[in-house]
Amino acid sequence: MVDVQFRFRDDETVNDPAVTVDSFSEQSNATAVRLEPGDDARELLPHLDRLSLIEVSFPAWTDGRGYSSARILREAGYAGEMRAVGDLVIDMLHHLRRCGFDAFAPDKALNEEDARTAFDRWENVYQATVVDGRPAIWAKRHPA
Amino acid sequence: MYKYDEYDQQMVDTRVAEFRDQVRRRLAGDLTEDQFKPLRLQNGLYLQLHAYMLRVAVPYGTLNSAQMTLLGDIADKYDRGYGHFTTRQNIQYNWIKLEDTPDILAELAKVEMHAIQTSGNCIRNISSDQFAGAAADEIVDPRPYAELLRQWSSFHPEFLVLPRKFKIAVIASEKDRAAMRLHDIGIKMVRNDAGEIGAQFYAGGGMGRTPMIAPLIRDFVPLDQLITFSEACLRVYNRYGRRDNKYKARIKILVHELGRDEYVRQVEEEFAHLLTQPIEPPLAELERIKAHFTGPDFDAGAADDLDLTDPDFRLWVERNTHAHKQAGYVIATVSLKPVGGIPGDATADQIRLMAKLAKDYSFDELRVTHAQNIVFPHVRKADLYTVWQALDEAGLATANLDTVGDIIACPGLDYCSLANARSIPVAQKISERFGSAQRQAEIGELKLKISGCINACGHHHAGHIGILGVDKKGLENYQLLFGGSEGADTSLAKIIGPGFTEDGVVDAIEKATEVYLANKQGEERFLDTYRRIGMDPFKEAIYG
Repeated sequence: MVDVQFRFRDDETVNDPAVTVDSFSEQSNATAVRLEPGDDARELLPHLDRLSLIEVSFPAWTDGRGYSSARILREAGYAGEMRAVGDLVIDMLHHLRRCGFDAFAPDKALNEEDARTAFDRWENVYQATVVDGRPAIWAKRHPA
Repeated sequence: MYKYDEYDQQMVDTRVAEFRDQVRRRLAGDLTEDQFKPLRLQNGLYLQLHAYMLRVAVPYGTLNSAQMTLLGDIADKYDRGYGHFTTRQNIQYNWIKLEDTPDILAELAKVEMHAIQTSGNCIRNISSDQFAGAAADEIVDPRPYAELLRQWSSFHPEFLVLPRKFKIAVIASEKDRAAMRLHDIGIKMVRNDAGEIGAQFYAGGGMGRTPMIAPLIRDFVPLDQLITFSEACLRVYNRYGRRDNKYKARIKILVHELGRDEYVRQVEEEFAHLLTQPIEPPLAELERIKAHFTGPDFDAGAADDLDLTDPDFRLWVERNTHAHKQAGYVIATVSLKPVGGIPGDATADQIRLMAKLAKDYSFDELRVTHAQNIVFPHVRKADLYTVWQALDEAGLATANLDTVGDIIACPGLDYCSLANARSIPVAQKISERFGSAQRQAEIGELKLKISGCINACGHHHAGHIGILGVDKKGLENYQLLFGGSEGADTSLAKIIGPGFTEDGVVDAIEKATEVYLANKQGEERFLDTYRRIGMDPFKEAIYG
């Protein structure tokens, strides 16, 4: 069990053990699941209302499938904790946040100060991911 | 051309600060080289055989003279006095010190330039037609769409760690000058039956080890769905592109393995879903960008005739200029392929001179071409002789555009750690063998492209004649390919037979041109004759 180093939620940290996607479909009472890079996030869509934690695993930070997984789940309305777990690097924290992650459990603890700087680095963003609630630069250029 | 607003400026300034911080952590030992590598690559910084190489983005190949001047100054101040223009319309410097890079980026940011995503497994610099905004045959200027895509793809959080690099080209004319279908995504702006402008999407093209021509995946994407459709294409690739083998990780392999129809089905499904998400910029944003590309204030009364009495000037005009959409103007291309030179290289002084000429005679605009040359897009015919004289004095008036001397070559084993063979000396020998302007004129259009390894950075698959350097039992060996094209008639070149030594390949090319000249009918180019008579007569002459 890795520790959550950064969390951007007000509710209690979920400590339920996360099960694999395969066993999740067989255990109707599980409330936490762990997605590996090769898992199809859309398999979880029928069950989002009973989930309170989705862990998305990054065995290597250079495998970017988890970014799509997280965003797909948020786009479908998932509002519980979305935790990035594994090989997380400081320079990607901001981008993970933008894809809907709100908890971070790196294998090795990251330098606190550098990480905080990275989270706050980008005052503006070019794209709307929608799931992070941030207005894109184009929206600021053309206020409704 | 496009001008940054406060947001664009803030984005590049923030990137400079971020990269400065990354270099600080690397130099302090907080980041290992393994950890630093993917980060520096996202900012165009490679470690080559002898030093760091920095690749600076030239979005869709368009530059103003202040930017070009700075590129010359950087070559003097931080490199060895020259820069190298690349096949993706960028410029790279081959002798850079790591600790200097944050300062170089800060200087670039002052003239609205950067090195964002010029390498790494992300969406790269968007390339386009080097004659955009000037070509007589374009439907619209493709650059506003390229700029919209540039902003969308810069730091796109979902697509920063793709299976592999991702290259997009945007064109807007029938004649393809940007090798559009040899890109991961190729976009052609078109007009539909109702007269509306939209985008035709091609996906899954590329060169490298497994060259493929991109199939059409959608005939018409309306302008208010451009970003959403692009996002769908990328998401399917990010989720399902292969990550087990870097040589099979490009989107062309995914499209090939799934089949074009299945890839299209998945993209359309994702597209339908993403249309429910408010991710598309309003058309007003496209209009805002378009307003930057309204084009220069041409002199409608500019004289439309040229004095061609100087024979050298005449040769250059015939070879290196193209028709402009505005009467009284031409598009002039500066060849960076002097006889015996390194393709794409220019000295700091040459770079600054081209900047000055663009300021004085081309409405402050220059373009970089994927064939590693520089374009003055809007020159008044009345000024052309003056421009040519200045170029000639600086060794920049080689009249060989699209001829056998206008060679595309990768850096090869002289610089690149991936290469198996040298490219530059082969290019130099060929350009010397065919050095006479008369001879080049006689042979006419012959696109020759050289890669020093199978990664194909020198586009050998798309050459009328392609050369591929390989390592054969420790010796450099060169395979010869014929019949490729990157134009609207895109085709892939085929290997003609056993490889050659460096001198042997030059001899073989000479024989091939003799076969062409002996068999040429009418106005046929080398490629046309080859397509008509096939490979055998060439093989007989070369190996017989």
